[in-house]
Amino acid sequence: MNHILKIEDLHVTVGDKPILRGVNLTIQHGETHALMGPNGSGKSTLGLAIMGHPGYEITGGKIHLNDQDVLEMEADERARAGIFLAFQRPMAIPGVKMADFLRHATTNIRRPDRKEGEELIPMREFRKELKDRMAHLRMDVEFARRYVNDGFSGGEMKRAEILQLAMLQPKFAILDETDSGLDADAVRLASESIAEIGHQKMGLLIITHHDKLLEHNPPQFTHVMLGGRIVETGGPELADELHENGYDRIRKTYPEAEAANQEMLAEEATA
Amino acid sequence: MTTTTLSTFDAAGFESFLQERQEPQWLKEMRQQAWNQAEAMQWPERRHEEWLRTDIRMFQINRFGIPSSVASDVEPEQVAEAHQLRAGVETAGQIETLDSQIVNASLKETWKERGVLFGSLEDHCESQADLVREYLFSVTNTEHDKFAALHAATWAGGQILYVPRGVVIDEPLHIGSVLSGGGTDTTHTLVILEEGAEATLLHECNCLDPSASGLHLGGIEIIQKPNSHLRYVNLQEWGHKTFNFAMQKATVDRDATLQWTLAAMGSQLTKVNQSVDLVGPGANSQVNGVMFTEARQHIAYHTLQHHKAPNCRSDFLYKSAQQDNSRTVWRGMIKVDPEAQKTDGYQRNDNLVLSSNARADSIPGLEIEADDVRCTHGSTTAKVDEEQIFYARCRGFTRKEATRMIVSGFFQQIFDRITIDSVRDALGDAIARQVREYD
Ligand SMILES: Nc1ncnc2c1ncn2[C@@H]1O[C@H](COP(=O)(O)OP(=O)(O)OP(=O)(O)O)[C@@H](O)[C@H]1O
Ligand SMILES: [Mg+2]
Repeated sequence: MNHILKIEDLHVTVGDKPILRGVNLTIQHGETHALMGPNGSGKSTLGLAIMGHPGYEITGGKIHLNDQDVLEMEADERARAGIFLAFQRPMAIPGVKMADFLRHATTNIRRPDRKEGEELIPMREFRKELKDRMAHLRMDVEFARRYVNDGFSGGEMKRAEILQLAMLQPKFAILDETDSGLDADAVRLASESIAEIGHQKMGLLIITHHDKLLEHNPPQFTHVMLGGRIVETGGPELADELHENGYDRIRKTYPEAEAANQEMLAEEATA
Repeated sequence: MTTTTLSTFDAAGFESFLQERQEPQWLKEMRQQAWNQAEAMQWPERRHEEWLRTDIRMFQINRFGIPSSVASDVEPEQVAEAHQLRAGVETAGQIETLDSQIVNASLKETWKERGVLFGSLEDHCESQADLVREYLFSVTNTEHDKFAALHAATWAGGQILYVPRGVVIDEPLHIGSVLSGGGTDTTHTLVILEEGAEATLLHECNCLDPSASGLHLGGIEIIQKPNSHLRYVNLQEWGHKTFNFAMQKATVDRDATLQWTLAAMGSQLTKVNQSVDLVGPGANSQVNGVMFTEARQHIAYHTLQHHKAPNCRSDFLYKSAQQDNSRTVWRGMIKVDPEAQKTDGYQRNDNLVLSSNARADSIPGLEIEADDVRCTHGSTTAKVDEEQIFYARCRGFTRKEATRMIVSGFFQQIFDRITIDSVRDALGDAIARQVREYD
């Protein structure tokens, strides 16, 4: 089946502050999209709004997964419907082992109709699968016994997000700077892993400031966000251009969006 | 419901309480003396430091019956079904009580042969008078307040564990105290481990009707001789309209170790004084506590780690989570006497407040009179983090599943210290049951 994630004219505010000002984006299953844009332009906000973060209020627009109205769904329903976000800043959950967290998550995602209290995936079966995946990602099994993101280094957190992506096998994955905070070797490993897990197998929206990840996951589309809007969409060459020359051309070409971006940054500074 | 007698905690009630029981003279006198003390005492008021945060104006003792020996109409199976810690555990012995009456007491023959005593404290006042007289109320202070005095006067049923010198009981012993709706439990627990003895005691308090009222006026005394080792687990799940007052104290002698783990989940109002005295060099205590409150529950613990001898260690960790309009109070003290050099004392209380109307009071304290000691204390209070919940929801957890997981994660540090599977499971289940949905 060909799945489609469709975002139309999305407006999002935090408190009273407008952040996304009309985002349009359509991702087909199997496609890879790059989302770029300067700091504070609204990339993470888009990811969090797609997942249904309660702090981000949708003041206009639509999100559909196939014919399902995503905005009507709770965050966990969105996850069970097959949408995944690798967080730019994952949360720690002290006292909860990575393996237990993932077993519960995997069960819920694979059996979207599971009721609370119903059986989880059998322990042995799950352990074996987790072990295989971790070996594949060259992660130490000890990692699964640590508490979720608790005391993880920046790099470990990102790798843990990739492990979750691998276990949960979503239809659509938004990877929010999953390549940041990693050393050169780790970036290569992460890029290869993501390509193996997701490239052409999911709809990928890759938010990144670097080129390595896109080298391994060549995007069909590159979108540039500025001031809460996607101001330009192109092919892989657009990503190359931005990596080489930065955002000067974009800022000059779209002065209104640039003004909005500056405004958001200024508010952030005074907040 | 089950108590047909109308006798309550007044002079006439106490008189018929004494009349009803065929007890040795020394015990009658002990009771009478405590009763007289209680009569002479006022109910604690909020101006008293210990009651500053615990309001008992709602408590009317005369709504409750003084324990009687009239047989109850509750089936023994119903009592057995109320227990939570016994599942899958091979026990060395069991005691079950209902409203302070012994329903069943047993101990394996092998342990009887080795001189272990485990059974009704009442009965042992006859058969082991010398032993009981030596230790009963030797550790807790019956004059501490009116509740303590009333308990000393009216304790009924109760249980004793006595482990002779060098005897190591390698299977847990189980005590299950149960309250019927509206019942009164004044059980007293007396534990004596002679030199080199070892035991594990699982002690739980449950109710037949979680919403019914009830009263517990209790006491626990633990006497550990040199080199003895005790693991003691207390699970309190009285009904949510039950008043729970208790004095609980252990005295731990040279090179003995005590691991005391308690979980306080039930009751409407709890006020407990829990103390550990380290009285011989090298004594070592570890106290772990889990508290989880909901609705309008109020659970207050006043704890003391009293170092009376040099080179002792005391470790203390309470973790409490509060939901709805509930409140917990912890006031802790590490006291180090002048002669208790080389003390190593640790005290910590972490709180997880789950609703904006819940409250956690956490007051650590140190009183140090020796100069060569290491004592540390800490207290934290945090709210459940919405960002954590959202993160888990993005991984397919419902809000309730996410909250439950975060709460169990919060308690994990204590679970890690519990080595008995049935206890860990029962506690985990009890906590999971109590987590409700928030929005
Ligand atoms: N929860 C929030 N509260 C207040 N302001 C917010 C919140 N989330 C985002 N913003 C603001 O919205 C704007 C966009 O932030 P966002 O995190 O989406 O940017 P970004 O494009 O992901 O930036 P970066 O490249 O630095 O990660 C910023 O000005 C930011 O301060
Ligand atoms: Mg971002």
